[in-house]
Amino acid sequence: MLSMVLPWAFGMVSLALLLSLYRLLVGPDVPDRILALDTLYLNTIALLVLFGLLQGSALYFEAALLIAVMGFVGTIALSKYLLRGDIME
Amino acid sequence: MLDAVLAILVLVGAFFTLVGSWGLAKMPDFFMRLHGPTKATTLGVGSVLVASALYFSFNTDGVSLHEVLVTLFLFMTAPVSAHMMAKAALHLRVKQVARTRSAVVESGLANSYDENPPRRK
Amino acid sequence: MLKRLLPHPLLSVLLLLIWLLLNNTVAMGHVVLGAGLALLIPFLTVGFWPERVCVRSPWVLLKFMAVVLWDILLANLHVARLILGSARELQPAFMLLELDIRSPLGVSLLANTISLTPGTVSCEVSADRRQLLIHALHVTDVEASIRAMKQRYEQPLMEVLREC
Repeated sequence: MLSMVLPWAFGMVSLALLLSLYRLLVGPDVPDRILALDTLYLNTIALLVLFGLLQGSALYFEAALLIAVMGFVGTIALSKYLLRGDIME
Repeated sequence: MLDAVLAILVLVGAFFTLVGSWGLAKMPDFFMRLHGPTKATTLGVGSVLVASALYFSFNTDGVSLHEVLVTLFLFMTAPVSAHMMAKAALHLRVKQVARTRSAVVESGLANSYDENPPRRK
Repeated sequence: MLKRLLPHPLLSVLLLLIWLLLNNTVAMGHVVLGAGLALLIPFLTVGFWPERVCVRSPWVLLKFMAVVLWDILLANLHVARLILGSARELQPAFMLLELDIRSPLGVSLLANTISLTPGTVSCEVSADRRQLLIHALHVTDVEASIRAMKQRYEQPLMEVLREC
């Protein structure tokens, strides 16, 4: 049953990636693009974990963890840059 | 039985992920767009991660709980990043839909950052 | 003495748990290594954690967590319905919540809870930490919604995080 459902899940998450990409390209403001990047990395985590389920391999998890950590730091750094014109104070 | 639970979790997760991005693409202004990714996408990804934790706990020897760590991490960081992005957007005075009812005007909260304006290089 | 060596017991326990989860094992070696790190890290970083946290009533905390988890599920269904519905009928609003809770940790926990739950995102905390600016995707009665948030989330948090 899981193997039946997985292609659909892949399809939905890929569509989500495309929609986020649309927002990344269209903007119109910088915060919109940051939000789109934030959503993109969340979607990537979902896609990676789904791929791990498909392959039956737990290896992809490490990549997902790294993306989660780095994505969060990236979002915060970009927002701070917009707020203060500087990241470290 | 387990297979059915996994299938449901994966489908629900993928659906919410899609809904989050759908909201991101569809909503008319930044603050409305913010809601999709912070709530729907976080829950969607969390649900897929829980499915993965269950799958690897039952299909390999020993429990696999480190997916729970990523789920918790996402649930803790999503509101923080949303807050930071909203702050940045308020600071830049990003356009809002005209019908947004606002408490900002009276309170002047959105201006609190203009007391220490961004440093010019 | 014990206070200086072990400044944040809760943080230590949490760090040990995270270490074991990261390594996905409860092998003795990792428990010892994790315990060592859990003792060392709070000791070295004590300067960054000025506020001592103590949980007054664990039962209220557990109940609060259960309520929040349940609300996250409900809020997601609610937001999904709003997103899939017509965007033109939504009535977004900025709302001001007067904070009664004073501790910095309490304010950040409340802000995070509000972002995760009922169709609202916390946008800004005023400089004196007395007001919280919240954006709601769709709200008809601003007053009622603020009252509900105060009663459902702020009350238990205040009860849990009393001064100590």
